Amino acid sequence: MLSGTRSPLAWAVHLSVAFFVLLWTLPTLGLLVSSFRDKDQIAVSGWWTALSASSQNLVFRAPAGDGEDLVAGRYVLTGTVLEDGAGRVSAFGFSSREPAAFAPGETAELKDGVTLSVAEDGAFTLSGPESFAGARGQRIFYTAEIPPRFTTENYANVLTAAGLGRSFLNSMTVAVPATVIPILIAAFAAYALAWMPFPGRSLLIAAVVGLLVVPLQMSLIPLLKIYNSVGQAFGFDPKSYIGIWLAHTGFGLPLAIYLLRNYMVGLPREVMESARVDGATDFQIFTRIVLPLSFPALASFAIFQFLWTWNDLLVALVVLGPQDDKLVLTGRLVNLLGSRGGDWEILAASAFVSIAVPLLVFFSMQKFLVRGLLAGSVKGG
Amino acid sequence: MQQLWAALFTIAVGIAGAALYFWGSNWLLDRLLPARAAERETASRNIARAGLIRPWLFLGPALLALGLYLVYPVFASIWLSFHDRNGQAFVGLANYRWLIGDAGFRESLFNNFLWLLVVPAASTFLGLLAATLTDRISWGNIAKSLIFMPMAISFVGAAVIWKFVYDYRGEGSEQIGILNAVIVALGGAPQAWIAVPFWNNFFLMVILIWIQTGFAMVILSAALRGIPEETIEAAVLDGASGIQIFFRIMVPQIWGTIAVVWTTITITVLKVFDIVLAMTNGQWNSNVLANLMFDWMFRGGGDFGRGATIALVIMALVVPIMVWNIRNARAEMRGR
Repeated sequence: MLSGTRSPLAWAVHLSVAFFVLLWTLPTLGLLVSSFRDKDQIAVSGWWTALSASSQNLVFRAPAGDGEDLVAGRYVLTGTVLEDGAGRVSAFGFSSREPAAFAPGETAELKDGVTLSVAEDGAFTLSGPESFAGARGQRIFYTAEIPPRFTTENYANVLTAAGLGRSFLNSMTVAVPATVIPILIAAFAAYALAWMPFPGRSLLIAAVVGLLVVPLQMSLIPLLKIYNSVGQAFGFDPKSYIGIWLAHTGFGLPLAIYLLRNYMVGLPREVMESARVDGATDFQIFTRIVLPLSFPALASFAIFQFLWTWNDLLVALVVLGPQDDKLVLTGRLVNLLGSRGGDWEILAASAFVSIAVPLLVFFSMQKFLVRGLLAGSVKGG
Repeated sequence: MQQLWAALFTIAVGIAGAALYFWGSNWLLDRLLPARAAERETASRNIARAGLIRPWLFLGPALLALGLYLVYPVFASIWLSFHDRNGQAFVGLANYRWLIGDAGFRESLFNNFLWLLVVPAASTFLGLLAATLTDRISWGNIAKSLIFMPMAISFVGAAVIWKFVYDYRGEGSEQIGILNAVIVALGGAPQAWIAVPFWNNFFLMVILIWIQTGFAMVILSAALRGIPEETIEAAVLDGASGIQIFFRIMVPQIWGTIAVVWTTITITVLKVFDIVLAMTNGQWNSNVLANLMFDWMFRGGGDFGRGATIALVIMALVVPIMVWNIRNARAEMRGR
């Protein structure tokens, strides 16, 4: 309706959308950039400076006499403070009280006639009247401009050491069956509610609509009690994958039935009636006609359910338990937040391992997700 | 890896079992009540009877699961709320009396009301804004996709993302959290945002608003597109301004959808747990009911009586929306 207005207003719209998008993507972007940064750099500079050199205050301990030379009566020890070779020293010092007392190239006088100088490229020369062997190595404080470094080390680290690889498998183990099982059950129920007349049908539909909003919290304690007593009665571990698959099935069913029924009701009546006239039973109509035609709705629900089970923390903590070998990704992340709360390289890489799969699903199947949302929320649409 | 194979195997068995049940029970029904009987009368009676039974065969597993996982727990929770921590001894109203007197509960309830007040309103408003703006530009779909993206991120993942945004370093040292960096650049003093009582609630809410705005936007955008062009054209001809058209013509036509979005987000807010657990675990007066309930469920071996009582409070807050939804659904079914 506002097409044709190439006015300042149009520019304002473009700008505000750009601002909106920036605001909404920036937090994720920040973590993504950080997950590829060197862990020393994350701790001292913001991720938005990732492309520029960062200034760090560092300490280097000179070797205790290894490789020293005797030159003109003095013991001389040379080397470089920048072990990685990259960077530029902007100041140095020899005590922690004044770590940046000298400019590069200057010569500092330490006690007992020892002198120290550090060049801009990190090369240092330590010289003194006595051998440095035997004593503790001299500490050299320096401020260096370290060029940006990007690494995949963080990912390699979390996948092996932090137990994320294991949790990834656990999440897969939970999410895939918990997505597949409810679909079949819900599809049959939805067909019955959409196309089979029987007494009490509208009451059941209303009940499904009501159950849509029942909070999970309600079910947790009774469920825990049932699982524990069943486990005791039959002598197996109550914290099992089967338990969580069935729990996710139960919690996902109202939405599944509701979505699928709404979709199936909209299928053309004539198709089903002509099939019935040709002698097809309800079972045949369902499997040969309704199920294939309902594919878009099935896909929508599958995406919902997969995202929900993959991202779930509550059900997994309660039903599967907090033991290390059964932690799903979300549970592992919460644990890391507690135990490694300051190690942003670990947290950032872990968070991205956990959100990579849902993001992949989201961007590749957005069409179905949107369709499902609309069918689930905009009634009568 | 072995575990994944076991999972795949179980899926195969589960699907085969379910398929076998549906196919087998239908086959059995057709066998017991054959539609092609010798006598015509028997045949029609059989068809009628089978028609009565078959829906329940189709519905069976779903009803069983819904009953066990959603209906039964409501009654079991009510029963548990009148019993002690192990669900053994009857304690009358003791749990409810404890609840009313408990400072932690009052704090959580207050915070929950704050969440209910702010998050649905902010998400719906921002969603509407994003929908209106993105519908007018050529790259709107890309923008929508990016604003919608947080929807796919888990609450815990979002908590990590935002914890990094809110990260706090002592005054004087370089800030690595972007919010504090901006504050410092503007000349302010850095804050430990999530540790400031009362206000930290709002910083936690931002996370949920960030997630839910995309949802509101997608649905409201579809509703806006469904508005008949003629109504807007008529308004334009009558000389209405852009803002008048938006608030007087467009918004009233999508009230129903706004209400649906609002209530859906309200339900999400009532269940919010992961964000608070991951960000503060209820410290600094930021607890909410769902986290309090989880806490009592496991605290000191678990107090099922109190946990169930808190769950019932959450349920009670949901009931009005539930009733409203059911009434809408029934009205709509009559309309068909």
